[in-house]
Amino acid sequence: MLELLWLIPILPFIGFLVLVLIGTRLSRAGVAAIGVGSIGISAVVSLLCGFSFMSSPPPGDAFSQTLWTWMKVGSFAPGITFHLDALSLLMTLVVTVVGFLIHLYSTEYMNDEDGYSRFFAYMNLFVGSMLTLILADNLILLYLGWEGVGLCSYLLIGFWYKDPANGLAARKAFTITRVGDTAMALGLFLLFAHLRTLNIHGDGGILALAMSQWMEGSGLAIAAAALLLGGALGKSGQLPLQTWLPDAMAGPTPVSALIHAATMVTAGVYLIARTYVLFELAPAVQFAVALIGTITLFVAGCSALTQRDMKRILAYSTISQIGYMFLALGVGAWSAAMFHFMTHAFFKALLFLGAGVVILALHHEQDIFNMGGLRRALPLTSKTFIIGAAALAGFPFITAGFYSKDLILWKVWSAHQPWLYIVGLGGALLTALYSFRLVFIAFFGEAKSHVVKKPGACMKIPLTILAALAIIGGLIELPHAWGNWQPFSKFMESAFPLTASVEHGGHGKAAAELILQGIAVVVSVVGISLAYLFFLRKQIFVEGVAGSSVGVAVHRFWFAGWGFDWLYDKVFVQPVVWAARINKNDIIDFIYRLFAGIIQIFHFIFCLTQTGRVRWYAVGIAFGAVVIVAMVVLS
Amino acid sequence: MTVVFWISAAVTVISTVMVITRRNVVHALLYLIVSLLAMAVIFFSLGAPFVAALEVIVYAGAIMVLFIFVVMMLNLGARASQQERQWLKPRMMIGPAILAAILMIELGYAIFAGGGIEIITGEPVGAKQVGMSLFETYLLGVELASILLLAGLVGAYHLGRRDRSEEEES
Amino acid sequence: MAAVSMEHGLILAGVLFALGLIGVLVRRNIIFMLMSIEVMLNASGLAFVVAGSNWGTADGQVMFIFILTMAAAEVAVGLALVLQLYRRFKTLDVDAASKMRG
Repeated sequence: MLELLWLIPILPFIGFLVLVLIGTRLSRAGVAAIGVGSIGISAVVSLLCGFSFMSSPPPGDAFSQTLWTWMKVGSFAPGITFHLDALSLLMTLVVTVVGFLIHLYSTEYMNDEDGYSRFFAYMNLFVGSMLTLILADNLILLYLGWEGVGLCSYLLIGFWYKDPANGLAARKAFTITRVGDTAMALGLFLLFAHLRTLNIHGDGGILALAMSQWMEGSGLAIAAAALLLGGALGKSGQLPLQTWLPDAMAGPTPVSALIHAATMVTAGVYLIARTYVLFELAPAVQFAVALIGTITLFVAGCSALTQRDMKRILAYSTISQIGYMFLALGVGAWSAAMFHFMTHAFFKALLFLGAGVVILALHHEQDIFNMGGLRRALPLTSKTFIIGAAALAGFPFITAGFYSKDLILWKVWSAHQPWLYIVGLGGALLTALYSFRLVFIAFFGEAKSHVVKKPGACMKIPLTILAALAIIGGLIELPHAWGNWQPFSKFMESAFPLTASVEHGGHGKAAAELILQGIAVVVSVVGISLAYLFFLRKQIFVEGVAGSSVGVAVHRFWFAGWGFDWLYDKVFVQPVVWAARINKNDIIDFIYRLFAGIIQIFHFIFCLTQTGRVRWYAVGIAFGAVVIVAMVVLS
Repeated sequence: MTVVFWISAAVTVISTVMVITRRNVVHALLYLIVSLLAMAVIFFSLGAPFVAALEVIVYAGAIMVLFIFVVMMLNLGARASQQERQWLKPRMMIGPAILAAILMIELGYAIFAGGGIEIITGEPVGAKQVGMSLFETYLLGVELASILLLAGLVGAYHLGRRDRSEEEES
Repeated sequence: MAAVSMEHGLILAGVLFALGLIGVLVRRNIIFMLMSIEVMLNASGLAFVVAGSNWGTADGQVMFIFILTMAAAEVAVGLALVLQLYRRFKTLDVDAASKMRG
């Protein structure tokens, strides 16, 4: 069964090629069949592979399949090789299944839009690139997928290219992720320069080599980890490269769902988890990961609290949730990060798709203050959206988000990082607050606008499935204190064989864990209650706070995403624009224009000799003959 | 032989001077024929009878006839001579004459700088020798010359043809 | 009169060549220019024949035959051009056809 692995990334590429080549000649049903079908088959294959992998694990808990050698330069011969282990299997399953649901949803969402086949072609390419990234056996192939994902994000964010603002958002996403990609490329060069290979796994892979050759905390390990971290920050929208993500909402909503839930932003998390050895060898960088994650989750949470645009709230919440994953990675809780990645994929896809329904129903209205009372007009959407928001807020015991976030916070506490724990807890409160602020303002209260379009079956089915996953997805891993039911962690640990110290969270700490859980429950419930109080019952109070002078300033600051855009504009964009304006006529070019001018002068002089009179030419020839004969004779 | 050479040389130079100074085309052509015939005599005196015959047949015969045909086709009358008088001013001769004189001096210097004077005996090199040399050593040149003549033929035909549009005008 | 030497023959060729050159440069009438070119070609042919007979070989005469061939082709094309020129401009003035000036 595992031999079918190569089909998983190939199928979306085939779908892409078919759609690009003959997509415009197909009917919409045909385009949808190819676009959705390719991902669907890919999802089925990955489910089969996953089943086979779990029922009879291959030797070494990993399976790799070489299709062909990509290139061969001396000893450097990266192959088109796919590698399946617990980590990449989880990612593949999430990406294909969630991707399939988003594709299914898009068939209806995009039905009224032009460029139907173009949309599905890009979406297929996006999923294909992400699968290449995940399954890559070496960092070069991973980088190929990495860049493919960046390209597709550019194409899809700017999908409605006729509006210049969308093109600008696409360029911004591309440029800012490029900063990270450059760092990552440098990291790859560094790794290759010192380890002479870019294969990840096995005895000759960078993980094993780094483990045996580099000392913990050595300069090389720190440099390599820091450069890879740079790439991860750019792709995952973490501080300080997070500014592109809210603007990326310019694309169609399914694209946002795909970027946030399944592909793109989780690539950074995956990269760090994939190269975990390097980070364990560089404790300083690993701590930086945790610190960046913590700051990001708090900063983005504050910004989410002030946004008016439905999709921007969700965008900031993604930044914040990825921050949790980084926090988990930073304290070495690899499987906790991946657990949160999985549950986040479910409920964030659910939230975005629900938002898409609302936006379509209200005729592209995105301001939550113009919504309200949608609970009655869109009952199923509201129910699923509330489930998603509850999962995001970590509503106790019944939602997946509770288990994954609780696991991360527990791991942070066990890693003796009380300050990070407290900020994380504050972030949880913010999360509950902003997610239910969104719910209460948009779905409760009195109706402020009229619903023009109800979702069809293709939209409802993905919503229902994702809502179910957002609830039961957390049950595959229960807290230690509740008994010995951690199949997810056990499965995941097989992907991190070189981990120095696996924390099994001893049973002696059960009491502490239960107390922390109690705190988390309280925080989540308090957050939701406060949201209920502030945004549904006593809106006057919020208006009073927001209306005070301090409140206005803070609101504006948070609304603008803590002024990062303003800062980057002043520090990077404006000086470059200024230099470009000064150098409009290209100073270097002046030298070459000077040469051109001199040659032009000669041109005009020699033009005068071009009289068009044959006899003058004859004179020229005769004169030349005289001179040449003179030279011969006199020499 | 020597006498023949010098007399014909004088005739050639004088008639050539006449060629480049005449105003009437036909007169100039006649002087040119005289010059070419005198040249044929020079060739003969130098011991090249085959080339002398060719000079008379091809140059003085065929090529000059071609000139005359063209002149007749153009039907240049007294008006052309009048125009030549306007165009051909003595002072226009100065520049070209100086240039030609310099070239002449240089050539003379080059020729006589060699030193020893060799006397040409005038032993005839007959048509047979020329023919053998032509079709043995210079066979490739002959082939190329034939291609050149073909190209000249096609080119002359193409250029000399009247355009249809011009016929309509006239 | 001294006996004919190679230098004498070559000087004669040079004189004829210079006269032809003067003719080309002075005359505006294209037919005269063509005739002057014939004179120049003929002069160069003479130089070959002089050299050939000096050394008693046939090569000089062979070269003259080649020059003759070339002159025939040149005259054919040149006279066709004369006809064209006259048809287009109704004159034999070469300066009339000066549209190719830079």
